[in-house]
Amino acid sequence: MINKLKIFFVILIFLFSSGLKASEKKTPFIDTNWNFKGIFGKFDRGELRRGYQVYSEVCSGCHSISQLSYRNLYEKGGPEFSIENVKQIAASFDVLDGPNSDGEMFTRPGRLPDKFVDPYPNIESAIAANGGAYPPDMSVLAKARKDGPAYIYSLLQGYVEPPKGYELDEGVYYNKYMDGNQIKMPNVLFDDLVEYEDGTKATTEQMAKDVSNFLMWAAEPNLEERHKLGFRVILYLIILALLVYFSMNRLWSRIESKK
Amino acid sequence: MSEEKYIPKSKIGQWFDSRLPLLSLMHHLRDYPTPKNLNYWWTFGAILTFCLIAQIITGLVLAMHYVAHADLAFESVEHIMRNVNYGWLIRYFHANGSSMFFLAVYIHIFRALFYGSYKSPREMIWILGMLIYILMMATAFMGYVLPWGQMSFWAATVITNLFSAIPFIGESIVTWLWGGYSVDSPMLTRFYSLHYLLPFLIFALVILHIWALHIPGNNNPVGIDIKQPSKDTVPFSPYIAVKDLYALIIFLIITAGFVFFAPNILSHPDNYIKANPLVTPTHIVPEWYLLPFYAILRAVPSKLGGVIVMFASLFILMFLPWLDTSKVRSAVFKPLSKLFFWVLVIDVVILGYIGANPPEGLYLLIGRVATIYYFLHFILVLPVLGYKEKTIPLPISISDPVLGGQPNISTTRSREDIKEKQHD
Repeated sequence: MINKLKIFFVILIFLFSSGLKASEKKTPFIDTNWNFKGIFGKFDRGELRRGYQVYSEVCSGCHSISQLSYRNLYEKGGPEFSIENVKQIAASFDVLDGPNSDGEMFTRPGRLPDKFVDPYPNIESAIAANGGAYPPDMSVLAKARKDGPAYIYSLLQGYVEPPKGYELDEGVYYNKYMDGNQIKMPNVLFDDLVEYEDGTKATTEQMAKDVSNFLMWAAEPNLEERHKLGFRVILYLIILALLVYFSMNRLWSRIESKK
Repeated sequence: MSEEKYIPKSKIGQWFDSRLPLLSLMHHLRDYPTPKNLNYWWTFGAILTFCLIAQIITGLVLAMHYVAHADLAFESVEHIMRNVNYGWLIRYFHANGSSMFFLAVYIHIFRALFYGSYKSPREMIWILGMLIYILMMATAFMGYVLPWGQMSFWAATVITNLFSAIPFIGESIVTWLWGGYSVDSPMLTRFYSLHYLLPFLIFALVILHIWALHIPGNNNPVGIDIKQPSKDTVPFSPYIAVKDLYALIIFLIITAGFVFFAPNILSHPDNYIKANPLVTPTHIVPEWYLLPFYAILRAVPSKLGGVIVMFASLFILMFLPWLDTSKVRSAVFKPLSKLFFWVLVIDVVILGYIGANPPEGLYLLIGRVATIYYFLHFILVLPVLGYKEKTIPLPISISDPVLGGQPNISTTRSREDIKEKQHD
């Protein structure tokens, strides 16, 4: 009786689960090696520095990254530019400050603690300048999409000709990794678009990978510290668990032998 | 429980203890006789106590930096992640801690279901536990709203809108909950206030839960009453305390794995997009631990019906001690109950899976079947099994694995018997 019931339930579950297999069809993201993945994962400084270059020369025209401060660029675990270098970067931006003692707002060169300056004064002007679509803030973009870095990496290389007979709306581009395949952002990366300071060849693939790494760091600036601390914490806990386990066995052996 | 009266050794101790018996309480907690055959499923009580305290402490620190305002909440969370010393660690621990808290509470509840820990004389422990569980869900839901991401906002919209299903006064109640005509800052600030308050109510209930536990003492895997306290039990400290500690450390290793190496895997990416009332996410889903109830809510075609059935699915658990008519506690001795226990587990997992998917087609059908089974389990399967099932003979006592024991006196005796016994 019980065995028959068991078999009945197993068959029932099997039938249900096989019915659910019909999953939606989605293009899988392009596979690549991510240095920050894994227990000992760390960012590659070169990738982060080149990624910052791509961001500042290409993306930053439309996309803000307002949670990042200039000082983050030299802090540990990031691109780790020299502090002098970062001061120069910050000073190249005009920061709105004030009001001063006359009650006037004024602009001054950026300083290390300032947040990254937004390309547009407000969201509405960003929408107006980009054909009705808001270029999302990139501070946590790599965490705001499923499999974020791979998504960004693939999307930047996903501009292809639409399939025959595909109706594309006005002012929209076809991208095979975008949900619904329609994206308002045009293809921005072309081979040799930027000239890398470290001499790396700026292929589209390379730039896409560098900027995806940079955005992952921007979203998770403490990732390296997190991995490092996590390894120590878990190691400590495992040793502690072993000590407690052996003490426990010793303690309980008194009870077991009392029988 | 026969315990000799504790008298402190020192004069000061005696003076203090006769006025406020804290020392007696400490003594009781230390020597509390615990069945010696408890397995690791019994360590989750201690783990849960730790979870609650850890959530309160990390939450306390987060509250020092968080700003409860629709325009600033999202940014203040990022401020915690980036600029507060170890803010990322505290926030990730708090966020993943809630998931681990629920994982532990589900194991704790299903352990009680399997071993019949809710049965007489432990009904009060069970009811208090269910109240704690309901408060936990309310607290977790409100906490999920605080970061003010897209899922926060839309989950809050969906859940508060449920109250509009109440006839006549529904709309007014929703306006009252919102403190306005849409989900906005006024609601966020009251959720923040309540999210801070409820954990302390839970804490108070936990004290009652443990108090109620210490009256009859622990149930145990065999499910029979303690026959020879000296042989069947061990003092809580150090035996059970060390075992709980060991289990807690293992639990912490798993928690640390999430916190340090996959801190966002249990949450939805959309919650890293700031709340936008003009853009609805494709699928609005709650956190994983609320998914089964979300599935039940959506299994019913009418809104009001869905709300009623969802709340019924929670409150039916309160009546479990009286719905289960079996004289034997532990499913170890009840082969059919054991089978149906696992069916219930699978049923709840299926409901969770359905809750994560859109309510259409086959998903909806399975969700409905699983919902119906959920209720049938409690109102049909358990009462009937209790009468019909032929149980395996029980051992005489925990220390003697010799068969031939009687069903538990406390589950078979009627109320009159208990009264008589108290008069003795």
